[in-house]
Amino acid sequence: MTKLLSIRLVAILVGLGFALIALYSFVLGAYAWMTEEPAGHLPYEEPRDIAFSFDGPFGKWDIQQLQRGFKVYDEVCAACHSLKFVAFRDLEQLGYDEGQVKAFAASKQVPGIDPNTGEATTRPGLPTDYFPDPYPNNVAAAAANNNAIPPDLSLMTKARGDGVNYVASLLSGYSEPTAELLAEHPEAAPGPGLYHNPYFPNLNLAMAPPLTTTGQVTYDDGTEATVEQMSTDVAAFLAWTAEPTMVQRKQTGWPVLIFLLFATVLAYLSKQQIWAAAKPKKD
Amino acid sequence: MADTAATATPETAGDTADGIRRRDFLDIAAVSAAGIGGLAVVYPLVTQMAPSKDVLAASSTEVDVSAIEPGQAIKAVFRKQPLFIRRLTPAEVAAANATPARSLRDPASLADRTKEGHEDMLVTMGVCTHLGCVPLGAAEGEVKGEFGGYFCPCHGSHYDTAGRIRKGPAPTNLEVPEYEFTSDTVIQVG
Amino acid sequence: MSFPWAKEYAPTNGVTKFLDEKLPLPRLVYNAVGAGYPVPRNLSYFWNFGVLAGFFLVVQIVTGVVLAMHYAANAQVAFATTEHIMRDVNWGWMMRYAHANGASFFFIVIYLHIFRGLFYSSYKAPREMIWLLGVVIFLLMMATAFMGYVLPWGQMSFWGAKVITGLFGAIPVVGEPIQVWLLGGFAPDNAALNRFFSLHFLLPFVIAGVVILHIWALHIPGSSNPTGVEVKSESDTLPFHPYYTAKDGFGLGIALLLFFTMVFFLPNALGHPDNYIEANPLSTPAHIVPEWYFWPFYAILRAFTVDFLFFPAKLLGVIAMFGSILVWFILPWLDKSPVRSGHYRPLFRKFFWFGLIPAMVVLFICGGAPAEEPYVMLSQIATAYYFLHFLVILPIVGQIEKSEPLPYSITEAVLGSDKKAVLGENTTPAV
Repeated sequence: MTKLLSIRLVAILVGLGFALIALYSFVLGAYAWMTEEPAGHLPYEEPRDIAFSFDGPFGKWDIQQLQRGFKVYDEVCAACHSLKFVAFRDLEQLGYDEGQVKAFAASKQVPGIDPNTGEATTRPGLPTDYFPDPYPNNVAAAAANNNAIPPDLSLMTKARGDGVNYVASLLSGYSEPTAELLAEHPEAAPGPGLYHNPYFPNLNLAMAPPLTTTGQVTYDDGTEATVEQMSTDVAAFLAWTAEPTMVQRKQTGWPVLIFLLFATVLAYLSKQQIWAAAKPKKD
Repeated sequence: MADTAATATPETAGDTADGIRRRDFLDIAAVSAAGIGGLAVVYPLVTQMAPSKDVLAASSTEVDVSAIEPGQAIKAVFRKQPLFIRRLTPAEVAAANATPARSLRDPASLADRTKEGHEDMLVTMGVCTHLGCVPLGAAEGEVKGEFGGYFCPCHGSHYDTAGRIRKGPAPTNLEVPEYEFTSDTVIQVG
Repeated sequence: MSFPWAKEYAPTNGVTKFLDEKLPLPRLVYNAVGAGYPVPRNLSYFWNFGVLAGFFLVVQIVTGVVLAMHYAANAQVAFATTEHIMRDVNWGWMMRYAHANGASFFFIVIYLHIFRGLFYSSYKAPREMIWLLGVVIFLLMMATAFMGYVLPWGQMSFWGAKVITGLFGAIPVVGEPIQVWLLGGFAPDNAALNRFFSLHFLLPFVIAGVVILHIWALHIPGSSNPTGVEVKSESDTLPFHPYYTAKDGFGLGIALLLFFTMVFFLPNALGHPDNYIEANPLSTPAHIVPEWYFWPFYAILRAFTVDFLFFPAKLLGVIAMFGSILVWFILPWLDKSPVRSGHYRPLFRKFFWFGLIPAMVVLFICGGAPAEEPYVMLSQIATAYYFLHFLVILPIVGQIEKSEPLPYSITEAVLGSDKKAVLGENTTPAV
């Protein structure tokens, strides 16, 4: 008994020790907090809430929109950004037939080997090839872009919080910094080679505005290609590249949940029946 | 089940026959639902081992055959296995046609094993039908076997100029995959 | 097992008789989770989580074995093979989302299971060994989850591995050699990734082994119950099957509904976007956070911001973080109140609901928040309370508390009266 008591005595002392050290950190931290100027964050904006056809538990792709977004990627983004987890064959999911995919793949040069000399060269793409990287390596990418390597876009909408809205907001959100912002945060002024964008967490982005004029891309379906429209479409396309199985996932979910609901109700009734025998009788 | 429930608690000894039947039905339904759910889970667990989309997409191959001279053969790759494409010399065609198909272990004529208009173009898998070794004879200087076609060094199967088994343990001719000429010089296999 | 009224397994046909003679596996199952295991009749839904934890361990092992068939533990391709699983492998996306969310659900049910144990003092004699084995399982789970999170080789994987192995660097003198040894290099790379994969595959089976010991230890005294009063007579218990199999079946249905809602409709809600960026040793994420289930412990780690005497702040944080779980190992000997259930302990209950639970919530929130004020100050107060609660308050409350009257028996608690107890029949205490 005395032995156990001593365990508890030691515990109480150790516990008080931990608590005191934690509170010591607290007191010093609180003092610093009250006396020092807090390091402020640059005020950036949350992405705008844009309605997409694939939102929500019943959402589906808008194939027309994905095709438009694909065209924006191909004609604008692809100059600097790779899409390395997407293969040409995947484009069949966007409603293109085998021949179109083959022709598109063949129009791109992918890394290859010269069959006679064995030297590295390029060859026309096959449907099984993946979208080629516009730069041979990161060093070349950095050198061509003022040291900012353009990120791969395959997973972009999953790699940012509220990614689809973020991509669309960012692309259509370039603007000049407001006078109030500069008055309050002089450090927010864009440096050389940087561009102001209120949706970018530190407000200054190395990417020049990629979508600038209406009609920059000519849509095949006649939709007017405003900057807003192109931004939204390419964001939708990147949502597809980030998770091509998204719609299949949601559509698989419903039968699974409905079956489980049914099975759970059955399990509940069965459990009630079994327990009825053991319930106290009020008599 | 119903029995244990009734005897476990003396308070419920007076359970009616009716109650027991309803309970049984519910229990059976609940257990069956669990069983169906369990079986449904097996489906993705099994199919995940089937070829994935990238593997299936690579299941057809195009080969340009224009550069193959008569008497030459090339090795291509089809579904990660060797594919032999051989342009036969007139002598080899004659030798293949001279052999009566009916007398063979796996009867087939050269015409059966080539495309019309391209009887000199023999397209076969480079996989011995015995145990799956790669036969010799496609590359320059390799042993072609007693019948001038292919020879499998593993267990000594001899194939003739039409890729037909003539001697040795292999049971059937070298497999001719599904293919077609998409132009005069290009074949698409698979 | 130890109850004399436990039903005995009776093989009915030739096959079961043969089995019972040669390898009595059916008898083992019957006595462990069948009609042969008498369980207190008053268990609430809080007693469902043990079975659910076992279920999610199975989910993790099954989906994990599947993922391992397609994954490659090499820093060059790990991220790409993960995407290959998501895009090209048949049902691969479902397997991966089930595995990622399965880890979260495993921790959710384990935390509820631990919460149950803490409120009802399930750790007290005669169940100390069950509790100790449970803490071992929890530590193994944390190690497994941490190493599993490294495998996709995203930014959080890489930087998480770097930060956590960096903790060992806080140990004086031997710290840095240990860190280098753990990683097999100076930063996480192939060597670390490969050994994490190997151990991540192995540890779940070790967990399964300890789970068997945990259940074995449980069957020596039998299950605890919400009153904390020990089983006295047969009327206090019900056979596990069909009563608790049915109740667990219903609980499993609810858990699966929630689980699949996450898997199919919110699969990335519990993850971090940065882990969809491939690991880059040259660029650190804006703020590194572990998975949500580590947040309370991460908050304790970061709560120590100031050196104290000759202890550097980092070392204090590391000691406190590991100490916060290690205190659970001596818990059965700290809380010596003879009453188990929090329902009959007014003072304990106050500290539990108004002290420990808010402290855990604060630690959880602060652990996920960036290391800035007011989160750091809040986490410091909560950390202080956490240690006070287990090491100071529980021992003292156990001494001074005047508990509320307990029911005579479980039967009385359920039925309002225990006829047999009143009549003096069949009151032989459990052996």
